[in-house]
Amino acid sequence: MEIPYTVEARPDTGLYNAKMGVWLFLASEVMLFGALFSSYIILRTGNPDWVQHPMNVPLATLNTMILISSSVTVIMSWVSLRLNNFARFRMYLAGTLVLAGGFMVVKGIEYSQEFSQGLFPWSDNYMGIYFTLTGLHGLHVLGGMVVFGYLLGPGAKMWKTAPEQYVNRIECVGLYWHFVDLVWIFLFPSLYLL
Amino acid sequence: MGGHTSPEDIKKETRTYLLVFAALAVATVITVTVSYLDLNRAQAITVALFIATIKGGLVAAFFMHLLSEEKFIYSVLVLTLVVFIALFVLPIGTFADAVGEHFVMEGVEHGESEAH
Repeated sequence: MEIPYTVEARPDTGLYNAKMGVWLFLASEVMLFGALFSSYIILRTGNPDWVQHPMNVPLATLNTMILISSSVTVIMSWVSLRLNNFARFRMYLAGTLVLAGGFMVVKGIEYSQEFSQGLFPWSDNYMGIYFTLTGLHGLHVLGGMVVFGYLLGPGAKMWKTAPEQYVNRIECVGLYWHFVDLVWIFLFPSLYLL
Repeated sequence: MGGHTSPEDIKKETRTYLLVFAALAVATVITVTVSYLDLNRAQAITVALFIATIKGGLVAAFFMHLLSEEKFIYSVLVLTLVVFIALFVLPIGTFADAVGEHFVMEGVEHGESEAH
């Protein structure tokens, strides 16, 4: 059985199905991170003895720049594909994968610094919410890396068999990746600067 | 979006993406710089979240193409926004509600009320 609306838009939604699916998924992700941000506010405002540990702002700033850059590379990969330039598409998507890996390496350095200072998720409320939020975000980065790897590797065969559907897949993973960037844009000042 | 736009249009889009990237980078530098200024807590939170909202808005509007999307996506996002706001307002409002809490009139515990 052929899956409908993988390329052409459904008449009722005006979208191909995968795009509608990814937006519904992102809506659920807003709820997930929203609940944790809400918890953070309650934990922080409700605790007069709140302990705010000084975090590594330069490394977090570097990670912000890395993630913003990766948002540009992922959208440039989609643009390249729409211009039928598969070689450039691969370069940009591979660049996105490398930047995502770089983000995880920097985050790993940060975590190891915190562990060496005796700061663990169970140390206090701040460290608990810090590791929960950044850890969940890190899992999203890892998930994105798996999808990028698939689309660069075995998934790339689709470019020859169903190129329009492949372009749509890149658009969908791009939407997810921009959301991961967007979450970090709010995590960075909330956890590191305030 | 998709493959219905001309190569010229796509090149114009590319310039927009690069401008947005530059704006995001500058806004990040501003966010970090402002955090080193001697602002009080309320000012620091206002400025940091204001800049983050602008950055998030740029990502959503241009990278996620929300400036020109289908009505269905806007409907989903409006519903998401309503529930998202409730997610903040309800628990925080409940937490801030002082009804039912133990209340001690100022000075009463020290027997000062009779002096007035």
